[in-house]
Amino acid sequence: MRSALKLAATTALVTLSAGAALAQDAACDWKPERAVTYIVPWGAGGGTDANSRMLASMLEAKWGTPFNVVNRTGGNGVTGHSAIVNADPDGYTIGAVTVEIDTMHWIGLTDITYKDVTFLGMVDIVPASVLVKADSEFQDLQSLLDHARENPGDLTASGTSLGGIWHLALAGMLNAEGLPPDAIRWIPSQGAAPALQELIAGGVDVATPALSEGKGLIESGDVRALAYMHDSANSALPDVPLTSETLDSGWTLAAFITAGGPAGMDENIACSYSKAMEEIFASDEWAEFKKNRGADVVQMPRDEIEPFVAKTDEDLGAVIKAVGLAAQ
Amino acid sequence: MDIAALLAAVFDPQILLTILIATLYGSFVGAMPGLTATMAVALLVPFTYFMDPVQAVAAIVATTTTAIFAGDISGALLRMPGTPASAAYVEDSYALARGGEARTTLFVSLFSACIGGVVGVLILATATPLLAAIASNFSSDEAFWLATLGLSCAVLVGGPSVPRNFASLFIGLAIATVGIDVAVGHPRFTFGLQDLYGGISFIPAMIGLFAISELLREAGTRPDLSLGKLVIEPLGTAIRNATRRMRANWRGIGRSSVGGTLIGALPGAGADIAAWIAYAVARRVSKTPEKFGTGHYEGIVNAGAANNAGVAGAWTPALVFGIPGDSVTAIAIGVMLMKGLTPGPNIFESDGLLIQTLFGAFLLANIVMLFTGGLAVAVASWILRVPRAILMPSVLLLSMVGAFAIDGSVTSLWITLVLGVLGFAMVRADIPIAPAVLGVVLGEVVEDNFMVSMMKAQGDLTGFFSRTPAAVLGTITLIVWAALLWRSGRELVRAFRTDDTARNANP
Repeated sequence: MRSALKLAATTALVTLSAGAALAQDAACDWKPERAVTYIVPWGAGGGTDANSRMLASMLEAKWGTPFNVVNRTGGNGVTGHSAIVNADPDGYTIGAVTVEIDTMHWIGLTDITYKDVTFLGMVDIVPASVLVKADSEFQDLQSLLDHARENPGDLTASGTSLGGIWHLALAGMLNAEGLPPDAIRWIPSQGAAPALQELIAGGVDVATPALSEGKGLIESGDVRALAYMHDSANSALPDVPLTSETLDSGWTLAAFITAGGPAGMDENIACSYSKAMEEIFASDEWAEFKKNRGADVVQMPRDEIEPFVAKTDEDLGAVIKAVGLAAQ
Repeated sequence: MDIAALLAAVFDPQILLTILIATLYGSFVGAMPGLTATMAVALLVPFTYFMDPVQAVAAIVATTTTAIFAGDISGALLRMPGTPASAAYVEDSYALARGGEARTTLFVSLFSACIGGVVGVLILATATPLLAAIASNFSSDEAFWLATLGLSCAVLVGGPSVPRNFASLFIGLAIATVGIDVAVGHPRFTFGLQDLYGGISFIPAMIGLFAISELLREAGTRPDLSLGKLVIEPLGTAIRNATRRMRANWRGIGRSSVGGTLIGALPGAGADIAAWIAYAVARRVSKTPEKFGTGHYEGIVNAGAANNAGVAGAWTPALVFGIPGDSVTAIAIGVMLMKGLTPGPNIFESDGLLIQTLFGAFLLANIVMLFTGGLAVAVASWILRVPRAILMPSVLLLSMVGAFAIDGSVTSLWITLVLGVLGFAMVRADIPIAPAVLGVVLGEVVEDNFMVSMMKAQGDLTGFFSRTPAAVLGTITLIVWAALLWRSGRELVRAFRTDDTARNANP
C-alpha cells in the first residue's frame, strides 16, 4: 500500500453534491429556545476543549440561549462520542466530533462511525509533526528514516496512546515510505504533554504530536521540528519542512475537530447550525482567537465535511490494518 | 516575573473576596466535629466549577489552612478535634479551656497556625521552582519510582498499623485498575459500561471515601455537643496572654514550622502526621516533658504550627510531580486538571504567573485567617450550636452535587455511594482511608510509567536503574520497601504471639 493519505484541508477535495442539494430546500431559520448541551469527548484545557468552548460561547452570544459545554472524557473518546450520537437529534445536544470517529471503530472500541453523525461545521484541522530533541543527531526527516530503515526497532517515538491519531501519523508515514510500521517503536503516552516531557528527558527519540502542541518547545529551542505532515506551511512556524514536498510518497496527516450532532437531525436545524458556524468562522473574533493559538482559520463548506471525514476513515482504516491494530 | 502583574493578580478583588469567604467557610467546617479539612475541600468542588483556575486554587488553599486551624476550636471546647490534625494536642487545649483559658489557647493555636502557614508557603515558593528544574529531566523511569515512593510513604505513615495501611493501599490500587489501560488500550473491569472506560474518576471516589463514609458513621453515633460550664475570658486579655505564650516558645515554632513543611511534603503524610511528629519531638526536647497532655502550651504551639506548615508542604510534590502530598492536594489536582492545568515540572513555565499567584494567595490566606479565625474564636460557642439535623443533610447534598459536577454523569453518583459504603466499612475495620486515596490517584501513574519503561527497555527490568536519577530513586524506594516489610512482619508476628498468650491464659 503505497498510496499517500491526502487529508488536505481546504483544497484537494471533490465536492459531493448530495448534501448541498438538500441544504437548498430548507429555510435554515431554526434557533434553539432553551439551553443546548455541547459535549466535548476530551478533557478541559486541550485543543478540542478550547475550540469548542470558544465556538459554544459565540453560538450563545448569537442566539441568546445558553450553550453548556460538558467534558465527557474517557475511553479514548468513546464515552463522549457515544453521548453525542445517542442523543435525540433535536438540536439540543451537539458536540465536538474528532478524528477518533474514524479510528475507534477500526480498532474495535465501539461500533459508532461517522455515519452516525450529522456534521454541522469543520472547527479545526490539526496536522501532525515530527519532532526530535534539540541535541539529536538527526537534522532532517530523511536521515531519521534512513536510520530506522537500517536499524528497525532501534528508535522509539511517542505522542499519544497506542492506536491514537499521532501513532497512526508515524506508522502511516513509515508504511507509506516502504518501512515496516514498527521500524520506530511506539511508546504509548497519556497525550502530547507527557510525550514531549519524555522527549526532553531523553526517554524517547522522536515525538509526532500536532505541530501546534510542540510550538512552545520549538520556539524555546528545546525541540527541533523535522517535518510538518501537511501540504501548506504553518503560518506560525513557516520554516518547518513539509512532508508533501520532502517525502517521495507525499504523505500528509491531520487530525480534525468538527461540530456534529446525532444522525437523523432535521435538515432545517442542521443547516441553521452550519449557517451560524460559517458566520462565526468568518468573524474577526474567531480569527483573533485562532491567531492567538498559532493556528489557521479553517473554512470548509458543510457539504464537503462528510466526504472529507469518509475519505479520512478509509485511509486511516488502511493504516490501522497495516499496523496490525485492527479488530479481528 | 512581572511583579506588578503578580500583585494585580493576587489583589484582584475577586480573589480577595474568594479568600475571605473561603476562610470563613473553612473556619466553620473545620470547627464542626467530624467535618475534616478534606471534606471541606471536597464540598467546595461544585463551586470551583464556576471559578477561574486561580480563584479555584485560592479557594481550596484558604479553606484548608483555616479548616486545619479551626479544628482546634471544637478540640478545645468539646475535646472533639474538628479535624484529625488537631488530635495530637486535644488533651492540652481541652484542659486549658476547662481551666478558664479557652480563648487564650485558641489564639495561641491561631497565631501558631498563621506562622506555620507562612513559613510553609515561603519554603514552598522557594523550593518548587528548583525541584521543577530537576524534575524536567525525569522520564518514565523516574516518574515510576517517584510514584512508587509516594505509595510506599503512604503505607509508612498513613496510620499506626503497617499491615492495615497495606490493606488500604491495595484497595485503592484495585479501584485504580478499572478502565482502559494506556499501554494496549484494553478495557478492564468495565462490565461493558462506557462510563467506566475512563476509569473511576477520583473526585467522586474521594467524596465517597471521605464524606459519605463520615456521614454514615455520624448517623450511627450521637455525639455529646453540650458545652457545659465554660468560663470565657475577655478577648483583649486572651490575645495579650496568647502573644506572651508565643514569645516564650519562638524556638519551637521555628523548628516545627520547618519540620511540618518537610513532613507535609511526603506523599501520604499530611497535616495530621506533621502535628503528631512535631508534638512528639517537642516533648522529647522539652525541659518539662511531664506536663505534655495536661494542659501545656508548648505542645499546642509546636503541633499547631506544624499542621498548618504541612498544608503548604503537601503542595510541593503535587505541583512539581503531580503526586499529591495529602488527600486535600489529591482533590486539588483533580480540580486543576478539570481547569486545564496539568501539574508537573512544565506548569512552572506554561503557567508561571498562575503558580506565583497561587503562592501569593496562599500567603494572603494565612494572613486573612488571622482575622476570620479571630472572629471564629469570638463566636466559637455559637458555631458549635448549629443543629446536626440540618448540617449533615446539607453535607450529603453538596457531596452529591460535587460528584455529579465533575463529568455530569449519573455513574459518578453511584461511584460516590458505593465507595462511601466501602469507606464506612474500612473505618469500621480500623483501616485508614488516606493510603487508599493515594492508591486510586497514583495507581494509574505507577502502571502507565511501568508499562512505558518496559516497552522502552523491551522487557528488561534493569532498565529501571540504567539512568542515574532513576537508580538513586529506585534504591531509596527499595530501602523503604525493606523497612516496610520488616515492620509489618514484626507487627504481624507480635499480633500472633499476643493471640497465643491470650489463648494459653484462658484455656
